Amino acid sequence: MTALLEVRGLVKQFPIKTGLFGRPKSFVSAVDGLDFDLHEGETLGLVGESGCGKSTTARLLMHLVDPTAGTIRFEGRTVGSSELPLKDFRRQVQMVFQDSYASLNPRLTVAESVAFGPLVHGVSGDEATSRANSLLARVGLDPARFAGRFTHELSGGQRQRVNIARALALQPRVLILDEAVSALDKSVEAQVLNLLLDLKEEFRLTYLFISHDLEVVRFMATRVLVMYLGRVAELGLTESLYTGSRHPYTTALLGSLLSMDPDHRAESAPISGDPPNPIDPPAGCRFHTRCTYAEAVCSARIPVLTPLGEGHSVSCHMSEPGSGHARAPGRAA
Amino acid sequence: MSAILAGEPAPVPIVRSPGYWVTVLRRFSRDPFAVIAALVVLGLIAMAVFAPWLAPQDPLQGMSLRRLRPPGSEGYPLGTDELGRDMLSRLIYGARISLFMGIVPVFAALVVGATIGIVAGYVGGWTNTVLMRTMDVFFAFPSVLLAVALAGALGPGILNSMLALTLVFVPPIARVAESVTTGVRTRDYVEAAKASGAGAFIIIRKQVLGNVLGPIFVYAMSLIAVCMILASGLSFLGLGVKPPMPDWGLMLNTLRTAIYTQPLLCALPGLMIFITSISFNLMTDGLRSAMDIKA
Amino acid sequence: MTAASVAGPPPAGAEPALAPGEPILDIRNLRVTFTGGPKPVRAVDGVDLSIERGEVVALLGESGSGKSVTLRSILRLHPERKTRMQGAIRVAGTDVMALEGKALTDFRGKGASMIFQEPMLALDPVYSVGEQIVEAILRHESISRADARRRALQWFERVRIPSPERRLDAYPHEMSGGMRQRAMIALALACNPKLLLADEPTTALDATVQVQILLLLRELQRELGLSMVFVTHDIGVAVEVADRVAVMYAGRIVEIGAVRDVIRSPRHPYTLGLLSTRPQGGRLSGNRLPTIPGSPPDLANLPPGCAFAPRCTFAVDACRIAAPEVVEVGNLHHVRCLRTDQTAQVVTSAGTLRP
Repeated sequence: MTALLEVRGLVKQFPIKTGLFGRPKSFVSAVDGLDFDLHEGETLGLVGESGCGKSTTARLLMHLVDPTAGTIRFEGRTVGSSELPLKDFRRQVQMVFQDSYASLNPRLTVAESVAFGPLVHGVSGDEATSRANSLLARVGLDPARFAGRFTHELSGGQRQRVNIARALALQPRVLILDEAVSALDKSVEAQVLNLLLDLKEEFRLTYLFISHDLEVVRFMATRVLVMYLGRVAELGLTESLYTGSRHPYTTALLGSLLSMDPDHRAESAPISGDPPNPIDPPAGCRFHTRCTYAEAVCSARIPVLTPLGEGHSVSCHMSEPGSGHARAPGRAA
Repeated sequence: MSAILAGEPAPVPIVRSPGYWVTVLRRFSRDPFAVIAALVVLGLIAMAVFAPWLAPQDPLQGMSLRRLRPPGSEGYPLGTDELGRDMLSRLIYGARISLFMGIVPVFAALVVGATIGIVAGYVGGWTNTVLMRTMDVFFAFPSVLLAVALAGALGPGILNSMLALTLVFVPPIARVAESVTTGVRTRDYVEAAKASGAGAFIIIRKQVLGNVLGPIFVYAMSLIAVCMILASGLSFLGLGVKPPMPDWGLMLNTLRTAIYTQPLLCALPGLMIFITSISFNLMTDGLRSAMDIKA
Repeated sequence: MTAASVAGPPPAGAEPALAPGEPILDIRNLRVTFTGGPKPVRAVDGVDLSIERGEVVALLGESGSGKSVTLRSILRLHPERKTRMQGAIRVAGTDVMALEGKALTDFRGKGASMIFQEPMLALDPVYSVGEQIVEAILRHESISRADARRRALQWFERVRIPSPERRLDAYPHEMSGGMRQRAMIALALACNPKLLLADEPTTALDATVQVQILLLLRELQRELGLSMVFVTHDIGVAVEVADRVAVMYAGRIVEIGAVRDVIRSPRHPYTLGLLSTRPQGGRLSGNRLPTIPGSPPDLANLPPGCAFAPRCTFAVDACRIAAPEVVEVGNLHHVRCLRTDQTAQVVTSAGTLRP
């Protein structure tokens, strides 16, 4: 599969505690070295808890914030360079935000919001409006009834459909869904998920599906990337991750899923404490402070993303040959 | 290549929602105080425009013999001032200058201040700091003192005092514009607009202005009353309008001497200022509430 | 550390003791209408609910179901002027609807108390959490400040806040999400209420923290014999904490029963729909999720008859005429539906739902 997006060494630091003339005194690394590919036609799920950096990653990929370090390439061309100017990149990758209410301009009608993108790229007014109408119809909102409405007249599910239509108006190849269904009721969420699956098939899209809901990600994604404190913990095909996770954090996350079975209620919490604050991360492997298998090497060295075969990789000393951890595999053959 | 638009024409007649301003107007009309206030304001403006037809007498002609007649006198329904001129006519004509000096500086300040504030708010960073701290310097002065100082420095006369008043109101409008714009700039829909590849100008024009001009405009309108009072104050101090022009503030000054003999006469120009201020205030309050459309 | 030593001695002159067999919470025909907007909104439309001492009942539903409104009615938290409340609510024999003024504020925190979804909204940002707990205790009991603080510390240990001594003096914004939620639980339980009301307390938490809090609540409930009403939109959460589940739709309880019965053999079409609309552990990958057609009800314009009828695949004409009465479909399992014989056939013996 061709890699549509290649992310290498992505880092984003935010300054905190600005000094006398706005010079920052210290930084928090929201994203601290991210490497992954997004393959054409797949749905890559991005999961993690608060502070893991998944929303920042989305904004970095959309170039709504500039990375502190690292590269993003789309179809082999560096984004923002002369090979691929930002405006052209914008036509290829679009995003659906989490807050369906805040992401629509309250002063514009639904059709105006959807038509804005094409207008910016030089499409004529009439053409843009007709494109908007047809997209609204495609996402299940009858243009005759909805095109002239304002944001506050729509329900959550309807607003999210408008956001999806807006994202599709530029005919992108990639859609980043940043917790796009998290705020919806379960019954509405199912409808929107079905719509996303239909649209993906019809328009041959590639999805980056960011969510904290592991059940939904398992349903939607073909591959899953687990983030912890700005780094990749584990990456692999959905089923191999969910049935055979190799990172203790992934295992703990999956263990926190509620069983839905009254006879098999949770007996113990797989992990204690809260997700840590990214401002002062632990040294070495970021997870070692909460890990039951932690040893000396875990606080000393950052683990490398080790491939395990079949697209499954993990950042853990236990899986890294020769890392020095008691459970690490022996020297590589 | 994405096949999003393969064969889907959609010449569908669009049912438009009433539209933002129509909705605002409807909500406004449900507030009795605001509607009455708006009618009063319109009435005052009409009075100013049609003054030549409304005023029974020449506001500039007076006879000393008839000075300081009380309201209700024969031929002079509201009495005469200290030079024998008809109060009613002077009050009616006074609306012209007083309203003019109240409204024009605010609108001029609106144009300048809103531009400064929106640019500072949208661009942020050093530009914001430089612009807004400059505004703060002027804002630190009490408006009355600033107006008097500027008018005094520029010299008496209507034009100079209007310039002074404009300068007094630019900083507060800029501050409001900046804060509203900063609030809007961080909204998700502006980010989404940026994500569509739009440049700063298009975003400001199509996404930001619509959300920002409303509150700025309403704030500016609420300053009209203040401006009128400041203008009256300047005239009172002799820095604005010069006699024999009819202006409510100036009339307050010249009628001062009659306060013990004909107190009602002196109150009349003040009453006009009061009615105008309150009406503008109530109207802008109503407008602000009407524009606050939530779900 | 036993539960009794933490709870402190029961205060002298307490309210009348509960008669044996009398439910700790008894709601009869509760109707709550909000009159603030252009049209009155019937948020709760005839709710009957009885909870025994030591029982945990989950109110399960989506937005607009009336679950939060029902919960807040128990503490009379709705604005007086814009709300019309009818029906009866009794907590441990006290008639909540009749309480006024001081009696009402005495009841809140002592008769029943609540934990909320957003601890930052429930906790005062300008006081340390320890101070807030001490104030709450002193409000309901006349003990010394030092004793109150000791009790607060015991509660902090009870809810497993690490370094409790130090954390008593922390401010809400200095604590992480999970710790704040624990602090809020300690605050709610500090005065030993008879009834704990929980309004989606884990919705805003990360999954790993949610499990911890749910386990904590279960543990506390067991040890203290707490009675709980737990509002949630998440079926998994309801299964984890509840003995019984009440499914709400458009202001009414449409199904109620033991959690096993409701989850394994749902009999109301809405419950059926809710349960089958989940991704179900990846088993449905590649297919489309079964959905409940239509959209949530407009509480200002409820149709006559069953509120779910417009979206119901089993609906017949009789459903649209009058709201269905309660039907008993099993031991303590009740449903408001006319079509329960149809819904009985949907569930297979394996407990999975046929689409």
